[in-house]
Amino acid sequence: MTTEQKEDIIVKARGVTKVYTMGAEKIHALRGIDLDVRRGEYLSILGPSGSGKSTFFNMVGGLDRPTDGSVEVDGCCLRELNQKQLAWVRCHKMGYIFQSFNLIMTMTALENVALPRIFAGESPSEARDAAADILKVVGLGHRLTHLPSQVSGGQQQRIAIARALVNKPSIVLADEPTGNLDLHTGEEIINLLGELKSEFGITIITATHDMKMLSASDTVVWIKDGRADRVARKGEFEIAIGTIDGKTLA
Amino acid sequence: MQQQTIPEQKHVSWAVTLNVSWAGIKRRFFRSLITMSGVVLAIAFLTYMQVMNEIVQALVEARDPVLDAILQAAGVEIHEESSNDSIVLLIILSLLACFVGIVNSMLMSVTERIKEIGTLKCLGALDGFIVRSYFIESSVQGVAGTCLGCILGLIVSIVVAFSSYKGHVATHFPWVGVFNALLVSLLIGTLLSVSAAILPAYMAAKKQPVDAMRVEE
Ligand SMILES: Nc1ncnc2c1ncn2[C@@H]1O[C@H](COP(=O)(O)OP(=O)(O)OP(=O)(O)O)[C@@H](O)[C@H]1O
Ligand SMILES: [Mg+2]
Repeated sequence: MTTEQKEDIIVKARGVTKVYTMGAEKIHALRGIDLDVRRGEYLSILGPSGSGKSTFFNMVGGLDRPTDGSVEVDGCCLRELNQKQLAWVRCHKMGYIFQSFNLIMTMTALENVALPRIFAGESPSEARDAAADILKVVGLGHRLTHLPSQVSGGQQQRIAIARALVNKPSIVLADEPTGNLDLHTGEEIINLLGELKSEFGITIITATHDMKMLSASDTVVWIKDGRADRVARKGEFEIAIGTIDGKTLA
Repeated sequence: MQQQTIPEQKHVSWAVTLNVSWAGIKRRFFRSLITMSGVVLAIAFLTYMQVMNEIVQALVEARDPVLDAILQAAGVEIHEESSNDSIVLLIILSLLACFVGIVNSMLMSVTERIKEIGTLKCLGALDGFIVRSYFIESSVQGVAGTCLGCILGLIVSIVVAFSSYKGHVATHFPWVGVFNALLVSLLIGTLLSVSAAILPAYMAAKKQPVDAMRVEE
């Protein structure tokens, strides 16, 4: 890690450990993860089911606190923040994209996307204007007043992406964003994320067990049994998984 | 290590919270009607009992011999303070059942919407926002249910009164008494549904953002 000291590191995880206690049983979901994420990169976390990807996400996203270790985001240590500061970080610095979209079903596309701006203190009408602009960017300018149940899964995920980006966050966390989508739609979503990454200058961290997600990545991290098993920069992992990659992409 | 200072997230005002919650209230309207049927019935019963009492009282005070005969036939004790302890007990029980009903159905809706609450917190909502929006939602539902209950109770009592005492009701209609009865029903219903909303609202706010990550279905 010493070679990367001069780089602009946006997420610095050190010895992140998470133990879930269920009665007498202790589940070691994370066993000490060290990871640096560079500003502006697209980082994919790969790993089998139950390896701790989502748990790690929750720590980086300020959604849960590690049992041990620390996470620093944009130079500030999440562990030292109180509830209201954490809410501020979630609102202003982070964007979240979920496998099951997590849109508010009783709100229109516009109302969903306006929410983060309203929480940031903007008036509802201003927030809706900003929401309309960003919905156009993700290609849903014609679906502003539709409810989530009235659009397709891919379109729902686009609404969720717009919602994640509307506050101009520095990091977008996407936990299996294509898990509920078919192959083609999933690829579209990944490509969209890749485009928006450069357009908005955001850092994207995504978890997946899907090889075709890797094409857009700058870095791939393999997590195995709660540990960062291997880290590969662009160029390296294409060779490492070249045969599999070639087959899936076809 | 230098720690940059992170500001605290600010509260969203009541007005904005109402603006945001309105979408849910509007689009869940039929669901909430069912939720509120308990309030409607309990308040209708309360209103009916009060209005009937007012009407009969007014007829008794008319001191009309023809009317007295009808009243006596209907089993009204004219010259005594009728003790209606059992009626009061019945009303209290129905209000209690209605209170528990609201708390229960609101708690169920909190459980149903854990993921939604978690998502809102991921987007930057504070506990206060969740409390307020749940509070607003169940209060609006409660007040709407109370109004419906008042109307229902009033209609039923007038229909029953007319069928028993015919035109006498119209000549001796106790406007002030009925108005006061409605006011009391409205007040009790609103108080009841608003106070029933407190516990579920706090339970909702205690849900954590990680809950949004959990995938169901
Ligand atoms: N709230 C919890 N309570 C107890 N154990 C948990 C909890 N959340 C996760 N775990 C456990 O921690 C481990 C890691 O789970 P995690 O959800 O992070 O895996 P994952 O890599 O995201 O898997 P998947 O690919 O299936 O989403 C698993 O063994 C899981 O059972
Ligand atoms: Mg997961």
